[in-house]
Amino acid sequence: MAAPLTLLLIVAVTIRAVLFRSSWAELISERVEVVSPLNAWKRVVEGLALLDLGVSPYSGDVFHETPFMIYLFHFVVDYAEIVFMVSPGLVFCLSRFLTSLYLFRKQKYALESDRYPADCLELLRSPKEMFYIPLKVAMFYLLNPFTILSCVAKSTCGLNNAIIALFILCTLKGSALLSGILLALATYQSIYPLTLFAPALLFFLQRLYIPVNLRRSSFWFFTLQYAFIYVGSLVVITGLSFFLLGSWDFIPSVYGFIFSVPDLTPNIGLFWYFFAEMFEHFRLFFICVFQINVFFYTIPLSIKLKEHPVFLIFMQIAIISIFKSYPTVGDVALYMAFLPAWSHLYRFLRNIFLVSCVLLACSALFPVLWHLWIYAGSANSNFYYAITLLFNFGQILLVSDYFYAYLRREHHLTHGLYLKKKDGTEATLVLK
Amino acid sequence: MGLLSDPSRRKVLTGLLTRLNTPICGMPVEWLVKAMQSRGLEVFTQSFSRKLPFPDENKERYMVRGTNVYGILRAPRAPRTEALVITAPCSPGNTNNQAVALLLALAQYFRNQIYWAKDIIFLVNEHDLIGTQAWLEGYHHTNITGMEYSPLQGRAGSIQAALSLELSSDVITSLDLVLEGLNGQLPNLDLANLFYAFCQKLGVLCTIQGKLQRNDWDTAEGYTHAAQTMMLMVLKQACGRSWGDHGLFLRYHIEAASVRGINSFRHYKTDATTIGRLLEGMVRKLNNLLERLHQSYFFYLLPSLSRFVSIGYYMPAFGLLAVILLLRALDLWVHLGAPALAAVDGVTEAEQPSSPGVLTVLTPVVISHLTGVALYLLPVHLQEMAVEHFPVSETEAVVLTAIAIYTAGLALPHNTQRLLSGEGTEQGWKVLKLTALLYLAVLLGCTALINFSLGFILAVTLVPITASITPHMPKALYALVMVLLSPAFTILYCVFIYQELIEAPVSVSEGWMLFLSVISQGILDHALYGSLVYPLLALFIYPCWLMFWNILFWN
Repeated sequence: MAAPLTLLLIVAVTIRAVLFRSSWAELISERVEVVSPLNAWKRVVEGLALLDLGVSPYSGDVFHETPFMIYLFHFVVDYAEIVFMVSPGLVFCLSRFLTSLYLFRKQKYALESDRYPADCLELLRSPKEMFYIPLKVAMFYLLNPFTILSCVAKSTCGLNNAIIALFILCTLKGSALLSGILLALATYQSIYPLTLFAPALLFFLQRLYIPVNLRRSSFWFFTLQYAFIYVGSLVVITGLSFFLLGSWDFIPSVYGFIFSVPDLTPNIGLFWYFFAEMFEHFRLFFICVFQINVFFYTIPLSIKLKEHPVFLIFMQIAIISIFKSYPTVGDVALYMAFLPAWSHLYRFLRNIFLVSCVLLACSALFPVLWHLWIYAGSANSNFYYAITLLFNFGQILLVSDYFYAYLRREHHLTHGLYLKKKDGTEATLVLK
Repeated sequence: MGLLSDPSRRKVLTGLLTRLNTPICGMPVEWLVKAMQSRGLEVFTQSFSRKLPFPDENKERYMVRGTNVYGILRAPRAPRTEALVITAPCSPGNTNNQAVALLLALAQYFRNQIYWAKDIIFLVNEHDLIGTQAWLEGYHHTNITGMEYSPLQGRAGSIQAALSLELSSDVITSLDLVLEGLNGQLPNLDLANLFYAFCQKLGVLCTIQGKLQRNDWDTAEGYTHAAQTMMLMVLKQACGRSWGDHGLFLRYHIEAASVRGINSFRHYKTDATTIGRLLEGMVRKLNNLLERLHQSYFFYLLPSLSRFVSIGYYMPAFGLLAVILLLRALDLWVHLGAPALAAVDGVTEAEQPSSPGVLTVLTPVVISHLTGVALYLLPVHLQEMAVEHFPVSETEAVVLTAIAIYTAGLALPHNTQRLLSGEGTEQGWKVLKLTALLYLAVLLGCTALINFSLGFILAVTLVPITASITPHMPKALYALVMVLLSPAFTILYCVFIYQELIEAPVSVSEGWMLFLSVISQGILDHALYGSLVYPLLALFIYPCWLMFWNILFWN
């Protein structure tokens, strides 16, 4: 196991090193699909330059990173490439713990508890199958072209992904304190990981055998504890940022920017085209609608998946990276890395061929239609947005397909693999 | 091409050239500057130099140096925000000796008019496309092709449209319009309509692809004639090179066309004054534009100057071809998923695991792409070594190396199956074919969006054979068919068809020499102007084809 992982690491580092030194690096760091105004390296350098001159980096509406990020890069700007290569490594560490701690343990409990019908044995995964999952998760993240592009462009999305990965790692290890602190850090970086509070809470409750019952005092006790850790860390981090730069400038520049979407550079998200066409009168209303869209799915998903918090984390990350205001391919790569952990759902997936074709075709068509729009002048923004819509449609279909497959497997585990209707004929499951 | 095959002759000529240190063809720079200045233009020059990757037949040397001369006619009462360009390439000999004269005459006439709202730039460039590229790069402050040029001293605002003149005699019988630009990009159809309208108005005979229009659309001959004209446009667009100096303007979103005067054997001849009036009319129309030309189609095919086929008509044809690949991929997917479904029915057979299959698919893919990279990089880099060991000139060395690598690739994947320990299962080739079909579909789709003709020609030759290939077919017959439909042979067929269509059919040996020169021109175009045909074919289409070749020889 160690040898393939080491080989994988060597291959990944080599690819990134080769691309860093080639002329492609500059080309990639300007692609709008890979960098956004929030996490472009050019803007980090601009902010550092402003900081060195003694001016607030947030003046001029160029820099939208948090103060922690600017101070981190203040010290390691000469080693930036190494920093960006290390951050996928953290995700790779996560993959090991994901299997060893969580999945193995769950399988063990399942086999021991003997509560599944006999014909469902083939639905449960054997340890031999699960042995390769860390390698596959690592491979899916490190060798994913999206991650490589994001890393070579030196987009800080890679660091955000690393923080989220660390948060998931600490959650799975069971340390509520660290998990709360890291979640606060992830929320501080970009607000959307706020929605990961619910699945993390559900995981801890499940781990400590506290039933999710609103009338039980133990539930409220733990929730308040965790919320206190989270909110407290967030307050401390925000306060520290204030002291770092001496002003509250960063709040409108970072969080105001994420929420109010003033920059309409095309990207792979859904916001830019709408807001380019919109009248000012309706702008606030639609901003609210679009932003609520990200946060809203937490509630029904948490209710449905309250016994499966790890899958809920995956769904939440996917929803964040589809509906956030400035998505990039680095965000997409994060949730795609977790797909091998659910390879046992493969047999229940219905649309995987269509989804793969759509995602592959759209990834190839993004640069073509950008060229036709901006350089050749033969197309216009509608063409590019069409590909964006198709790409997001493919992602949504992928996520909902996995959701269906997960629920179907759970249904089979409780009701048997071969479902029969009341008159004995074979039944099919429908997701309503 | 055989002129400089003798190495001793080549050495003598190279020595002579380096001693002279001047280009063979001289452009009368001082005279042009004086002539333009006396007509009241602001005259500037730009010198440029470019090192060719290998000397081609026309230039016969590595370093090309030249000077562009351009004069700006400032609009008398307008802000200097927009400009029009009229360019006449200055080539050695008789190929374009009248165009510069016409240009200067136009400049003198335009200078006396007061209705100009845009600045007009009269550009005389040396070395055709290389000079135009240097001027455009200097004008737009870009450097995409590695050209060295002196910065432009005078500038005139954003260029809205450009016209290129090619006249080799002072009386002409017809004017030919050339629209195809680099990478198959076309100007807005409005420009072609403008040219046609003015030709009609002044009674000048106009042609496209060198063919006159016919009025009998209903007859078979009329239809064939129109189809031939369209086929010529498709072939010219597919080869991705710029067929006139205007082609390089299109990349900067400047609508441009080339007007070529042809003097053939007809009674009715048009003199230079009428051509001047035509050009004046066109330039005045362009002068009146309030915005860039964008109302008409950018993607079209012209069977004649008064008829066009828009993208809405020809893209479904390509779409149907691409759908074949997708349907075949879907079919393979269903078959690959079927054994898994069979195992669900209770009897637990030994399922074919799909994860080791990834490695069997990965090896042919990697090897094919490495061969493609070799085909892209090695011919130019190894030319010196080839010239040392074989009695060929550099151009021949490059082309023959390319052909050698192409043929060697046929032998290579045949054996990789034996290297992997017996993974030649049913599952293996199906997974590889699925990947290759999807890859080819995405590739052809992207190509057709940028250069429809190239995508269509590749689709017509590649889709039938790749969709139907399996390892269980008679290998000799299908191997022959695959080779005959491979990209290199497609280029060969296109050369022969092109020669047939321009009514200058060639024999097999001449066709072969033309084919070699087409390959060398393709490589040169890619190095000099950034044409995408050669890298597309070498780095993507050829490896894709090799993957299918691998499938044929799977067992």
